[in-house]
Amino acid sequence: MGSHSENIGSDKNGSAGVGRRDLIKRSAALGLISVPTMSFLSACASSGGGGDEDKAKAGKKTAKNPLAVNETAQLEFVLFDGGFGKEYAEDAVKIYEKGFPGAKVKFSATQKIQSTLQPRFNQGTPPDLIDNSGAEQMDMGVLVGKKQLADLTPLLDAASYDDPNKKVRDTLRPGIVEMGQFDGDPVWIMYYAYTVYGVWYSQKALDSLDATYPETWDQMLAVCEKAKKKGIAGWTYAGKYPYYLPFSLYPMIGKVGGREVLDAIDNLEPNAWKHPAVKACFDAYYELYKKGYVLKGTPGLDHIQSQTAWAKGKALFIPNGSWVENESANVIPADFDLAVSAPTGIDSSDKMPFGTIWASGGEPFIVPAKAKNAAGGMEQLRIMLSEASSKNFTAKVKSLTAYNGGTDGITLTPGLKSGVAALDKAGENVVNPRLQDWYVQLQKEKIGVSGLGEMMAGRLTPAEAIKKIQGYADEAAKDTSIKHYKHQ
Amino acid sequence: MQHGKYRFIVGFLALPLGLYALFVVWPFVQSIYYSFTDWTGLSPEFKMVGLDNYRRMLDDEIFWKSLRHSLMFAVVLPLVTISLALFFAFMINVGGRRRKGGPVISGVRGSSFYKIVYFFPQVLSIAIVALLFAFAYNPDSGAINSFFRGIGLDGLQPLWLGDPDLALWCVMAVLVWSTVGFFVVLFSAGMASIPADLYEAALLDGAGRAATFFRITLPLLWDTVQSGWVYMGILALGAESFAVVQIMTTGPGGPDYSTTVMVLYVYQKAFRDGQAAYATTIGVALLIVTLAFAAVVMRLGRRERLEY
Repeated sequence: MGSHSENIGSDKNGSAGVGRRDLIKRSAALGLISVPTMSFLSACASSGGGGDEDKAKAGKKTAKNPLAVNETAQLEFVLFDGGFGKEYAEDAVKIYEKGFPGAKVKFSATQKIQSTLQPRFNQGTPPDLIDNSGAEQMDMGVLVGKKQLADLTPLLDAASYDDPNKKVRDTLRPGIVEMGQFDGDPVWIMYYAYTVYGVWYSQKALDSLDATYPETWDQMLAVCEKAKKKGIAGWTYAGKYPYYLPFSLYPMIGKVGGREVLDAIDNLEPNAWKHPAVKACFDAYYELYKKGYVLKGTPGLDHIQSQTAWAKGKALFIPNGSWVENESANVIPADFDLAVSAPTGIDSSDKMPFGTIWASGGEPFIVPAKAKNAAGGMEQLRIMLSEASSKNFTAKVKSLTAYNGGTDGITLTPGLKSGVAALDKAGENVVNPRLQDWYVQLQKEKIGVSGLGEMMAGRLTPAEAIKKIQGYADEAAKDTSIKHYKHQ
Repeated sequence: MQHGKYRFIVGFLALPLGLYALFVVWPFVQSIYYSFTDWTGLSPEFKMVGLDNYRRMLDDEIFWKSLRHSLMFAVVLPLVTISLALFFAFMINVGGRRRKGGPVISGVRGSSFYKIVYFFPQVLSIAIVALLFAFAYNPDSGAINSFFRGIGLDGLQPLWLGDPDLALWCVMAVLVWSTVGFFVVLFSAGMASIPADLYEAALLDGAGRAATFFRITLPLLWDTVQSGWVYMGILALGAESFAVVQIMTTGPGGPDYSTTVMVLYVYQKAFRDGQAAYATTIGVALLIVTLAFAAVVMRLGRRERLEY
């Protein structure tokens, strides 16, 4: 880095008095991309800085301060200002400031995570804690691969905020720690929210059809037929973003064929998609289309439009995540009685019991490797993972957190209550497919839009869709420009 | 005096040229340089990889699809938009029926009203236009399908943006709608400067509307049409096409890659996949396509300039 900064310096001085001839000469030189210009060029991406000497010195390690945070060091915290708002984080910041009265906390919330923070990563001066979420999320795989993140193991092994005899690690919901790992033991990401994926429906609508949530596919078809007779579609989904379909399809594949099938898919193993369980589930979904149980026009609807049609009672079921309750709050009628269920399976020969559900972390928090006050960032996370902060979050934004528990004593909304019940029913049978955070393009654009989307619009048969998706997966496995991951 | 001249000129040119070099030429040079690296865009470290990105691009099926769509945008959009705009402008300014006692040359009845109406979309931001049309195209409750249902065409309920055969045309229609007004105004201004006696002479010779348009208006308007063509092509290759595809389409870029365009692919590679270097490689390809487009239009459109 040192030599780079010197080069910038000298080049800058040189260009102060550039005359016309020099300018021409220089642009000619640039056109040839000659060697001296190169160092100047590389300087634009990396303007040096960020040496270790800037880092805050460790504070005193005590029972109350297990991460040895420097009591007077400034903490900078950048939050994604999305569906969950910023109040919950501001409340947590207040607790931090109370614990370290000498420290100043610079808190900011933005939707433009990438545009604000990418330049700071490139300069080597990132903030201390980031909620890397939203449409402008920075690619985690790249951040990890380029060693830009701090290992959060010290946080996980620190005493929890509520109980000094319990490590933070032991207070978390299943799958949270694993989701933060990419290769090997280090944990790079702390997912704070906890999302339940599945099939969302109105209990009231089901009651009015004299039906209960179907456990086998034959029952599912029967319920849809009943609804069809009343002029209601069985299913709708975010047709323009068909990567919502996996929220119920992937756990169904897991239920029918076992966890290994999903792991093989995530690991991009050859022929992973050719497993009979995958075919059975694709056939089942295709039947919904064939029999006319999918709301007409669904392939042209986006997520909001499909949720609105569903909330208006035009369709019974929609694959979605627990955010739907908040996102569609203004269109879901008061007596809707929102509920979520684990996906319907094929029949009783399925490998995993009914109740097998997909649940995983959302709102990924990261501490950059080059943060000046990394311990402070982790301490802020430790505070957020306390029971009180977790309850505050759940009460304010209607979502669970990574903290296992934190729902007693607060009134839960119908959807949230149903989500908690679904998690209880699932017990150990929680699956966690990783394609959507490991291989974004493969999951969204290729499998989602070009595979499942085309199949559910009736433009591909299940066999064709599987062949196409397997082709995409093989391509991704061979692609050297992306980093590959495996289940541990 | 001669020796001071250059100093004088340089004194005037240094600042604008410097700014141009810093804010236009320099980013170009930078991105060409980055296209030879493996820069992710998320960390300051990268190394040179030579022509790897270019080799990868030539094998990339999605790149070729996006190139094909971009070329289609660049050919179809200017053709349709400019033809429509010329027609409208002609009708507004010249095409009217002769009325007793009125001027020899005039537009159709109510032309000053139309002029404002056509220009209206131009004052809306392209993002809003795209959103409005995304609602209109909603197959379940959108304006277009509701209209079809309203007039009894229940059987005709296309998926619009959800149909790979229709999606690209849907997107193009929005761009035509939102840009045609600008060209109507541009061409109207051009037509206003054509001397009325030329038209009068043509009328005396018995020329109808079509003959007047092709023999008088179009040749005298040629310079304006040509620059409009280049401008529209660059719009279609660049920012406007990105906005509508990103906001309106499935995926975006779908269904099944039927609407992906080069600018969208650059954006996705740089800001979704963390492959900034590869994105700049596609950007270089886009630069070449844009320059080639401008060169072709200028070359094909070269005509003798008419003085009047």
